[in-house]
Amino acid sequence: MKYMLMMNCPRDGYDQFTSWPKKDIEAHIAFMIGFAKKLQGSGEWVDGQGLDAPTQAKVVRAGKDGKPITDGVFPESKEYLAGYWIVDVESPQRAYQLAAEASAAPGPGGVPFNMAIEVRQVMSGPPETK
Amino acid sequence: MTYASLDRRAEHLLRDLAPQVLGATLRRFRDFAACEDAVQEALIAAASQWPRDGIPDNPRGWLIHVALRRMTDHVRSEISRRNREAAAIEDVPIVVAPAVYAEPGIDPDDTLVLLFMCCHPSLSSASAIALTLRAVGGLTTGEIAKSFLVPEPTMAQRISRAKQTIESSRVPFVMPDAAERSQRLSSVLHVLYLIFNEGYTSSSGPSLHRTDLSNEAIRLTRAVRQLLPDDAQVAGLLALMLLTDARRVARTGPVGELIPLDEQDRTLWDQEAIVEGVALVSMAMSSGTVGEYQLQAAIAALHDEAPRAEDTDWPQILALYGVLKRMSDNPVVVLNHAIATAMVDGPRAGLALLEALDNDERLAGSHRLISVRAHLLERAGERQAATTLYRDAAGRTTSIPERNYLLMRAARLSETS
Repeated sequence: MKYMLMMNCPRDGYDQFTSWPKKDIEAHIAFMIGFAKKLQGSGEWVDGQGLDAPTQAKVVRAGKDGKPITDGVFPESKEYLAGYWIVDVESPQRAYQLAAEASAAPGPGGVPFNMAIEVRQVMSGPPETK
Repeated sequence: MTYASLDRRAEHLLRDLAPQVLGATLRRFRDFAACEDAVQEALIAAASQWPRDGIPDNPRGWLIHVALRRMTDHVRSEISRRNREAAAIEDVPIVVAPAVYAEPGIDPDDTLVLLFMCCHPSLSSASAIALTLRAVGGLTTGEIAKSFLVPEPTMAQRISRAKQTIESSRVPFVMPDAAERSQRLSSVLHVLYLIFNEGYTSSSGPSLHRTDLSNEAIRLTRAVRQLLPDDAQVAGLLALMLLTDARRVARTGPVGELIPLDEQDRTLWDQEAIVEGVALVSMAMSSGTVGEYQLQAAIAALHDEAPRAEDTDWPQILALYGVLKRMSDNPVVVLNHAIATAMVDGPRAGLALLEALDNDERLAGSHRLISVRAHLLERAGERQAATTLYRDAAGRTTSIPERNYLLMRAARLSETS
């Protein structure tokens, strides 16, 4: 079964991250690389991507003429999606366990950052609808 | 599908032969899309049969034979389909004479003509890149998809649409005439350059290099150079790729972050590639017209030949960027010219030149302009302003190694100030 693990960050999370000390940034990046390698090694990795900074985000809706109307940057949301993993695992418990591992990525001073990871199952269907 | 079952020698052989086999097939049948599919099937058949039966005595003949047989099957089924449809509509059978076999001739220019086709200006660069890698590079759709981090069906569709565009724009499988040739050659070189760059500075994704793409671009450019040994642009491009790729290993740090030129461990640079690149660029610079690739290669050579960063011949680099700037309207050249100016005349002089770019829409708000300004401010001693701009640039780049580098640069500055 496939799950999407969504790493959500508070609205000012990006600014926090960019002002961490160098060794904490390095430790965080090294953790993320290691986590991806581990998932690939265990055969559970499907996909994983980091998204660009929320300051670059646009919210788009179709106007009456079907043309895009873009809104600025997440005006109201308290949280934003920083990145995600899609894993193929044996059980929901395994997905939660992986999410907890990701959540414990080191933050400032090497202390677990305890980010909120939203876990959602990816729906399955017959191949022709994919 | 990959050629994983083959050893390296067989794989190289297969991929070197791919464009020749396609050329020979196209000389017999005009249908580019179907011929390209037939050749791909022949390559895949070879990848499964050669490891078992050994490489045939005449591998090219073997591949051509298989591709032609696939094409004959294809034509037969087309004929019967059309005959069925025609019979239903107007009862007039369309009969196409079956293909007659003879050992088809091999024209070394076939590879070049194919490149001209695959890099035709009617194609978008993404399509031209994909088609070139498959039809000329002999890569499978799966391998190309993997290199560009997209699902295989997406890449298959991109390739198939590119082939449709070629069909509908009726690009003939012939060498363009002399007047058109140099313009078409620049499209080819541009596509090869883009493939190289995609491998060298991946525009997205977690790792900075996708070596397979860089190596493929170098291999294809070498093939073009074999066909056009006297062309200075081709030599210049090959030199530029070799001289840039020579620094690959030194370019990333332990957590995959970018390491700038002046901080790289130069003992890691590939001396063999540098020697070859320098020889090529010397040849290219002395033969008549000087183009952008030669100039960029000459600049890369000056960097590669400096034993230490402080030995870099910046006045000479500045002079070369000056020539490039007059030749092209590329804002990135202006950016690099400003960096060279800063190295020769000090950071303030460089910063002054950057102002000209503030109103250039192509670079406005781009992380490149901001990060160069941050570097020059750092050199000018304005640490706080530099830190802010490094962070700003980090929030704008879409390359993870570049973001990491910019963040660490900012962190280092704010910790030591």
